[in-house]
Amino acid sequence: MKYIVQEGSHSIAEVIALCRPGLISAFPITPQTHIVEKLAELVSNGKIDAEFVNVESEHSAISVITGAEACGMRTFSATSSQGLALMHEVLHAVSGMRLPLVMVIANRALSAPLNIWNDHSDSMAQRDTSWLQFYAESVQEAVDLIAQAYRVAESRDVMLPGMICVDGYVLTHIYEPVLIPEQEKIDAFLPPYRPEYILDPERPMTFGAYATPNDYMEFKWEQQKAMGNAKRHIVQINTEYRELIGRGYGNGLIELYHMENARIAIVAMGSICGTLKEAIDRMEDVGLVRIRAYRPFPAEELRDALRDTETIAVIDRAFSYGYEGPVFSEVRSALYTLKERPLMCNFIVGLGGRDTRVGDIFELVKKAKESSEGEVTWFNLKV
Amino acid sequence: MLEIRFHGRGGQGSVTAAEILAIGAFRDGKYSQAFPSFGVERRGAPVQAFCRIDEKLIRLRCQIYEPDVVVVQDATLISDVDVTAGLKRDGIVLINSAKTPEEFHLDGLVKTVDATRLALESLGRPIVNTVMLGALAKLGIVSLDSIVEVVGMRFKGELGEKNIAAVKKAFEELPI
Repeated sequence: MKYIVQEGSHSIAEVIALCRPGLISAFPITPQTHIVEKLAELVSNGKIDAEFVNVESEHSAISVITGAEACGMRTFSATSSQGLALMHEVLHAVSGMRLPLVMVIANRALSAPLNIWNDHSDSMAQRDTSWLQFYAESVQEAVDLIAQAYRVAESRDVMLPGMICVDGYVLTHIYEPVLIPEQEKIDAFLPPYRPEYILDPERPMTFGAYATPNDYMEFKWEQQKAMGNAKRHIVQINTEYRELIGRGYGNGLIELYHMENARIAIVAMGSICGTLKEAIDRMEDVGLVRIRAYRPFPAEELRDALRDTETIAVIDRAFSYGYEGPVFSEVRSALYTLKERPLMCNFIVGLGGRDTRVGDIFELVKKAKESSEGEVTWFNLKV
Repeated sequence: MLEIRFHGRGGQGSVTAAEILAIGAFRDGKYSQAFPSFGVERRGAPVQAFCRIDEKLIRLRCQIYEPDVVVVQDATLISDVDVTAGLKRDGIVLINSAKTPEEFHLDGLVKTVDATRLALESLGRPIVNTVMLGALAKLGIVSLDSIVEVVGMRFKGELGEKNIAAVKKAFEELPI
């Protein structure tokens, strides 16, 4: 395995190439652009045997790869922010047609006001599209998630699309050392995509056909069953990846950090977890539960990890206007069945790319100790 | 951990300098990361870039607020930008200037190198980022060999040779 220090986007593109997609289509949007630029370069230099389809919008990009995926190809796209929002209606069609394509989301805030920096508003807004969602802490994890996401998505009893959420700029534009797996290892881990059903003139069939009230709910129930299967596969595939390629992340769904005797737990997703770990090393009694797979949601695992804590601070990097942070709502609901519930509070952190320092985490923990049950704090707000 | 903050103007190669430094430090056997202060890169506007170097894996994802070393690629920034903000006690300020360190009334240990002149002599253009990297090597932040190697990889052919010459000149000229 070779260590390389290069931009996060380029490491991601290289590993996408190792997964042998047959077709890539994307429309450039900051901060996703360098990923697909690099892929376009790899395609035009003949480094990967894929077609790169230039399109005039993200809506077209996702439509193109949907068609190719339905024809039996492994495909890829990447986008950010408004680009993902523009894809929204097609996202439902992809999951409903059970096409296991994979996208990287370079997470960026939504407009207005116009902002190109990182938060999770864009992918959170796609929570209910029936896509698998993974959040990476580091470039290394983003890179390791790619083959894993294809494996989970393409599992026969899953067949759902997946988003790998990578914090824009913070991870896409950073230079840091990354281990790129060898082609043989990825080939051994990720077999060629051989779907059961494809669009083929020799064997005509329809994808995403009409479903009346008599049938529609059953199709949707199948999607939910597939999400349940995905949970099992994520755990299994994380273990397999660890054995074959040498790196694993918690149990695949969540990762625990210094939770052994933690009285206070922070729950968070994405790159902020690196800074959280640094802060936690300098504090007593504080641990981290990092959510790696947000869909399917690891409710039981969170309940087990958090049941013995006294206080839980959930960090959201997005907001559900009119209520509270979306991760908080779900964690709190997951813990509702506990006989003795810890105090749970919510911190809305770093919307639109506001930086979070180690000292901020100390302050957040202090505030969590003083918070009342269910309290929502917009952290570091200048009002 | 060593934290280095670059101050420059858009177009002066501050981000490239931070990247080359990170790759060089990795070649020296350290962990490293480099990243820009995102989003406002307009030619001529004040920009920052950051580099961390450590013996162990770097997990921090925030910008650098308390640097060990500040690199000022353009001394005209000093009147507009608080370049030494948060500088650690005994921190180093490396400035591209023909003036002596004493002429700058700044916190920390000030070092100056006339990088614009060296760049014009070596490259024929006032692009000072590789020159400043040579000076950083002299200050012991990274090895000269690694910087030379990475600059040679980044800039091909004649341009690479000229940049390497610029790095070496800065290394020779900067007084310890």
